[in-house]
Amino acid sequence: MSELITKANIARPDDFYAELIGLHEGRSKEDSDALNARLILLLANHIGDMGILRQAMKAAAKTVQAGND
Amino acid sequence: MARIFETPLYPYQRSADQDPVAPVRHPVVVVGAGPVGLAAAIDLATSGVPVVILDENDKVSWGSRAICFAKRPLEILDRLGCGQAMVDKGVVWNVGKVFFDERQVYEFNLLPERGHKRPAFINLQQYHFEKYLVDRVRELHAEGKPIEIRGGNRVKSVGQRDGHVHLEIETPDGAYAIDADWLIACDGAGSPIRAMMGLDFIGRTFEDNFLIADIVMEGDDFPTERWFWFDPPFNRGQSTLLHKQPDNVWRVDFQLGWDIDKEEEKKPENVTRRLKAFLGDDAKFELEWVSIYTFQCRRMAKFRHGHVLFAGDSAHQVSPFGARGANSGLQDTDNLVWKLKLVIDGKAPEVLLDSYDEERIHGADENILNSTRSTDFITPKSEISRTFRDAVLELSEHYEFARPLVNSGRLSVPCTYDGSSLNGPDDEKMPPRTRPGSPACDAPIGDARVDGGWLLDRLGGCFQLVTFDVDAPDRLDVDGIEIERVSLSARDDPGGALAERYLGGRESAVYLIRPDQHVAARWVGFNETAVRDALNKAVARDTDRG
Repeated sequence: MSELITKANIARPDDFYAELIGLHEGRSKEDSDALNARLILLLANHIGDMGILRQAMKAAAKTVQAGND
Repeated sequence: MARIFETPLYPYQRSADQDPVAPVRHPVVVVGAGPVGLAAAIDLATSGVPVVILDENDKVSWGSRAICFAKRPLEILDRLGCGQAMVDKGVVWNVGKVFFDERQVYEFNLLPERGHKRPAFINLQQYHFEKYLVDRVRELHAEGKPIEIRGGNRVKSVGQRDGHVHLEIETPDGAYAIDADWLIACDGAGSPIRAMMGLDFIGRTFEDNFLIADIVMEGDDFPTERWFWFDPPFNRGQSTLLHKQPDNVWRVDFQLGWDIDKEEEKKPENVTRRLKAFLGDDAKFELEWVSIYTFQCRRMAKFRHGHVLFAGDSAHQVSPFGARGANSGLQDTDNLVWKLKLVIDGKAPEVLLDSYDEERIHGADENILNSTRSTDFITPKSEISRTFRDAVLELSEHYEFARPLVNSGRLSVPCTYDGSSLNGPDDEKMPPRTRPGSPACDAPIGDARVDGGWLLDRLGGCFQLVTFDVDAPDRLDVDGIEIERVSLSARDDPGGALAERYLGGRESAVYLIRPDQHVAARWVGFNETAVRDALNKAVARDTDRG
């Protein structure tokens, strides 16, 4: 099974980051949330591999403090 | 003219069982004359097992209720001798449209695969469905088959002792008692039998209400398609379904939310107001049936309790999205009846009935999982869940990839008993769709258009050895259980579907098929010892009961 890439993999990190933030500029919280959801769905479909997606979900969740559960 | 569901079909009649002092004993009693109970009884009587059906009412169910019947249950009904009436009356549909807000976001076509006798789905009112089953009961009775239906018979107590079931029954003429070797409880989600036995029914309750309006609309303003709206202008924040039934009856299903006044919503003037907002002020329709329902996804921990067997909604309940209620109930009795007959005939150990639990709990869990997921998509349980839901719907209009994520009900597909203890050997080069545990897949034999030859019409009712270009004996007796050979060739279907579905990468094949048309085992060639071993496994004779 392939592994989730967690080493730097984006050639021009500052450009990517600026474009990501730029995408959200001037939007309400609600619109930004809607946009993020669409972005996640598009990227997830591009990756396709459920193993990678699961690793990504786990990796992201690990870095967020436990919620109300 | 009186409507079907207003006419008593099996009015109370005094039975000879009410006269003797000692209770009369019956091999099998079925409680509940709904779709599942009737199917169980027809299956039993067809195979010669005497059966009595008890129901507290005397009519088919009021209103339409279940409407969507899938291919597999139609195949089961064919085996029971009443599939054709259903298909002739039913509405066949293939196209579904999904709407979000004010517009259509996409449409799908079930594109039924060629080379099957039965369509993917038909829509048919439950009262028609039950009526055809009652007709079949009458037909069997006239042929001298041991089947009897007793209306106006309400079970008021149930108890088990010495390997049988004792029932106290209330009738207009007072109470009487009967004994049954076996009891099949098909008495619905609110099962009085389950309650009287103090058994659990655990699961998840969904805080939502749905208004069903079955309306009669003349004209053909709407096509024979399944239309599903998410968050439409005429029902903001909720969903709505429109689906056609026979006789110009349309099912409209409005999601209402949790905090509502049910009595107020059910008033005809309010239902009519809702329908006009939906269909337009000029729409002409008549209300046939209005009801508000809530639902739960839950099942019993076990479906078999000694000599009492639960089937259909009494054993498991799902949300209506996906047509998994009556459809799974019919698969329950399909699974149960042949096992019960072998046990009654003393040809299989009683432990075979535990495989009913094993296989149908697997089926129930699959249905509960799917219907829970549909419900969570239709009614998002959190703000972020709604955000993703809406994102999927929005994307589905523009990008094909998002369409499989839209979930307005995952329509019932037949259950494959993977990992069942009854399954025998598999061959890895043969097609996965006909692996052990799966229901045999239909295919034309000969020219189906001319002589109507379908594989599934040749299967079921007993164990069969289907051979494809392999020699084997016409009959095999395995300690009292007969295996009948069905000899076929890949060339029997010039279209190639038969070979594609059963041979895959092989030149020949031998399939052991159970009486419920499920595949028990398969091999490339015939080996008598292997077939005998697989048969013994399929009837739990190999189970170590020490």
